[in-house]
Amino acid sequence: MKLLLPESRAEALAMLARTPDAVPVAGGTDVLVHWPTRMAEHDRTYLDLSPLGDLKGVRWEAGELVLGGLATYWDVIRDPRAAQELSLLVHAARQVGSVQIQARGTWAGNIVNASPAADGVPALMAYDAVVVLESVRGRVEVPLADFYTGYKEMHRASDELVVAIRVPRRAYALQRFVKVGSRRAQAIAKVGLALTRSAAGWRVVAASVAPTIRRCPALERLLADGAPLRSPDDLLPAIDQDVTPIDDIRSTAAYRRQVMARVVFDALRAS
Amino acid sequence: MKISFTLNGAPTSLEVDPTERLLDTLRYRLALTGTKEGCGEGECGACTVYLDGLPVNSCLVPIYQVRGSTVQTVESLDPAGLRPLLTSGATQCGACTPGVSMTACWIRDHPELLATHTIRELLAGNLCRCTGYDGIVDGIGATLEAGA
Repeated sequence: MKLLLPESRAEALAMLARTPDAVPVAGGTDVLVHWPTRMAEHDRTYLDLSPLGDLKGVRWEAGELVLGGLATYWDVIRDPRAAQELSLLVHAARQVGSVQIQARGTWAGNIVNASPAADGVPALMAYDAVVVLESVRGRVEVPLADFYTGYKEMHRASDELVVAIRVPRRAYALQRFVKVGSRRAQAIAKVGLALTRSAAGWRVVAASVAPTIRRCPALERLLADGAPLRSPDDLLPAIDQDVTPIDDIRSTAAYRRQVMARVVFDALRAS
Repeated sequence: MKISFTLNGAPTSLEVDPTERLLDTLRYRLALTGTKEGCGEGECGACTVYLDGLPVNSCLVPIYQVRGSTVQTVESLDPAGLRPLLTSGATQCGACTPGVSMTACWIRDHPELLATHTIRELLAGNLCRCTGYDGIVDGIGATLEAGA
């Protein structure tokens, strides 16, 4: 194993520019799962981000919440303003694994790990979060809703590091986060949903029903039009346009499609 | 590589292999075998230690990230503080007990968490296949009452 140990953000970016195949390690919770048996990965190069103090924690600005590139779920769970203003972030963070994972796992890691079943990403996307990337070439900002280009593919060049996530502060008329899993803790989503309504409009974000976490434009249009919904089935035509659920080890396509309709319907009815 | 950190209150420096997990270093280099390996994937919590004051799964912490940090293991707990867990029948086969004890004592030392969380939610990262959790939750409740 080759290990790069930068002491500053500038040094980290320079190392990443020289060694673009290096794997940046934030909290390590994805990299180390079943680590002793994943021998091939022991030969890779890793870049330890943990000493980069200026990427840690969260910061409230006038118009936005800035999550540092090393901000953890626990940082947000313990921030009382987050629960008041951007409650989906807290709801989502509390659904991640357990306290032991929440204490180490980072929002930026959740974004770049790019799991279609991520818990943090749907909440961020429903808030129009923006991913801030830096490299020796400069700084780029990409709306999270445009970040993914395919399964585990994204707008991040190999020399770029996620240094922050910007979450606009808005007044929300409605905020819902739902995760359907086998258990309430320590489970990965079969279906995930984050739903918001603000002056910027409706945001419906679905997890575990497509190759990436994604916004659902047909559902958003349906809700914006305000047509009365009599049953979850009324949502199915839009759902079929927006997502492509599959059968896998956690669930089936048919179950996910039905449950997504019910979860959206219930989230709206509860409002 | 050589790393230095504070372990159970004492400054510690030692040579490690960078592929080690904190769990490996504790058990196989420092002979602190109280910390157990269960699943090796961050589900079961048997390997729970405190890293800079927060409970973490030591199977998911690369040893190189421990540089300059503070680590506390189950060996640092005061056995007297675990008496409520014994009395409430919180332990049976014992495999989960070191991890459960770590999370239990962390909850006891941070009662402010109960303003937002239940004991069960805070304990969700420690799986026990014997007791059904009631004894564990009751034991933590008794500990909190004793401390209040």
